[in-house]
Amino acid sequence: MTIVATDIVRIAVVDKARGYWTNVGRRLMRDPVSVLCAVVLILIALAAIFAPYLSLADPFLGSMIRRLRPIGTPGYPLGTDELGRDMLSRLVHGGRLSLLIGLLPVVTAFVIGTTLGVSAGYVGGFVNQTIMRTVDVFYAFPSVLLAIAISGALGAGITNSLVSLTIVFIPPIVRVAESVTTSVRGLDFVNAARASGAGPLTIMRVHVLGNVLGPIFVYSTSLISVCMILAAGLSFLGLGTKPPQPEWGLMLNTLRTAIYINPWVAALPGAMIFTVSICFNLLSDGMRSAMDVRS
Amino acid sequence: MLAFIAKRLLLVLPVVFAVALVCFMLVHIAPGDPLVSVLPPDASAQLAEQMKRAYGFDRPLPVQFGIWLWKAVHGDLGTSIASGRSVAEEVFRAVGNTLRLAFLAAFLGFAFGALFGFTAGYFRDSWIDRVVTIISIAGVSMPHYWLGMVLVIVFSVQLGWLPAVGAGPGGWAWDWDHFQHIILPAVTMSVIPMGIVTRTIRALVGDLLSQEFVLALRAKGLNELRVFKHVAKNAAPTTIAIMGLQLGYLLGGSILIEFVFSWPGTGFLLNSAIFQRDLPLLQGTILVLAMFFVFLNLIVDVLQAAIDPRIKRG
Repeated sequence: MTIVATDIVRIAVVDKARGYWTNVGRRLMRDPVSVLCAVVLILIALAAIFAPYLSLADPFLGSMIRRLRPIGTPGYPLGTDELGRDMLSRLVHGGRLSLLIGLLPVVTAFVIGTTLGVSAGYVGGFVNQTIMRTVDVFYAFPSVLLAIAISGALGAGITNSLVSLTIVFIPPIVRVAESVTTSVRGLDFVNAARASGAGPLTIMRVHVLGNVLGPIFVYSTSLISVCMILAAGLSFLGLGTKPPQPEWGLMLNTLRTAIYINPWVAALPGAMIFTVSICFNLLSDGMRSAMDVRS
Repeated sequence: MLAFIAKRLLLVLPVVFAVALVCFMLVHIAPGDPLVSVLPPDASAQLAEQMKRAYGFDRPLPVQFGIWLWKAVHGDLGTSIASGRSVAEEVFRAVGNTLRLAFLAAFLGFAFGALFGFTAGYFRDSWIDRVVTIISIAGVSMPHYWLGMVLVIVFSVQLGWLPAVGAGPGGWAWDWDHFQHIILPAVTMSVIPMGIVTRTIRALVGDLLSQEFVLALRAKGLNELRVFKHVAKNAAPTTIAIMGLQLGYLLGGSILIEFVFSWPGTGFLLNSAIFQRDLPLLQGTILVLAMFFVFLNLIVDVLQAAIDPRIKRG
């Protein structure tokens, strides 16, 4: 944790020249791995969003006589699942829910965690103690256990799994936001703003947020891959999406019994989760080094 | 040193209390009546009231928490609603299997992670470094429950070398009959810690090698092996911290893997508790796993202080 924190703080105190984000973007574009990952992710996202217009087979329409066809069957390029539904169509349609439940918790946690962390770091004192000690409690649970415990207690369903994942990702974001804010708070330009009469809200919004959002954002992007895996994992256990909705984690679960008949079709949804998660990880790594001016 | 341990022990008490409170609240954030799974659907209001009193759900929350905590401290985690057996008994029967699996996975993950990490950090920017980086990124991005399925497909379904599910006949014993069952789940679980340990050690070793004391050691004429010993010593405290955390994640996060391999551990117990809405069992299992995690963190802190004298002064 400490390595991550100092690393991020180092990014934070880099003086912000004009067009900083343009520079970061340009540096990112020069990294072939990041570009490739971005392209793959955009393609998967576009396919998922426009799935109903792609003239694919109906993802809900099964057929008892065409169950578990292998990959490459004419008319079914990726085979069929245990109820005879077209795998290609289900994988593309499944991206809609899978990407949503992988991204939304991190986005929500980013907003809530940044608010809490920046307030804790800037105000300090009692507010800081209250927020940070509460966060410490959640650190006493392994994240997978916490997610499963909360959504298990709340009961199965997409909303509940979204809530539990958001709760899991708030504490780490609060910690990072707090440590970055604390390091920025003592810098000269914040003191100068205070001396010139700016109120705490103005200072937080104009002077602090501008300097801490970048590092918090990069840290949060590194959580997306974890969230994708966990969200699909909850569905895999039967705690998230309900059948017959196409979603990668749930598809992996229902195809589990098919591994003795048609193993490679059964493994396809997992391959999608893996691809998306590795792309987010590499992209986040690329962004981190693009923002780190030392290199 | 003793003073440090005493201070850490004192600090752990409020954490233990808060963890217990969160576990207790789990039952009460749950929608619906916790007794809904034991009562017949046509139960009279009087019977429901009676059951409520029998399980103590009619008292005010803080009182319930007090009673629950007092019992938990004395090893009584309540009664499983579904099976009627003692929760503590159920959890302790399962926890052995989880510990065995987690420790074997940790051993594999840490050994390979350390090997890969040191090699990559030492030969920074070589082809070895690049290969290791790819392996570690794949490791941390892996949906491990899927890897488990793929390993079952390859080694159980297609090659027929290893069994796909279960922990072998009867209780555990260290013979091939049982050991062959633990190989696939342990390998599957070791992938994430392997990736994280590799990444951490690679970054650490790379940073350490560019520091001036390494230059001084080399200038003094030490051979590479001795230099390496110094680097390893400096990397040890952080490495131990990461490994401790990962072992904790393995203990608490094994539920998905135990589900894939039908491994009869705490994760399997949790899974059945969730789907039978057996809230006392859910509560008890999570409490025990979280306690393991808290005390593992405590041990790591003490170990770190024992290795690194700079921590005690701070």
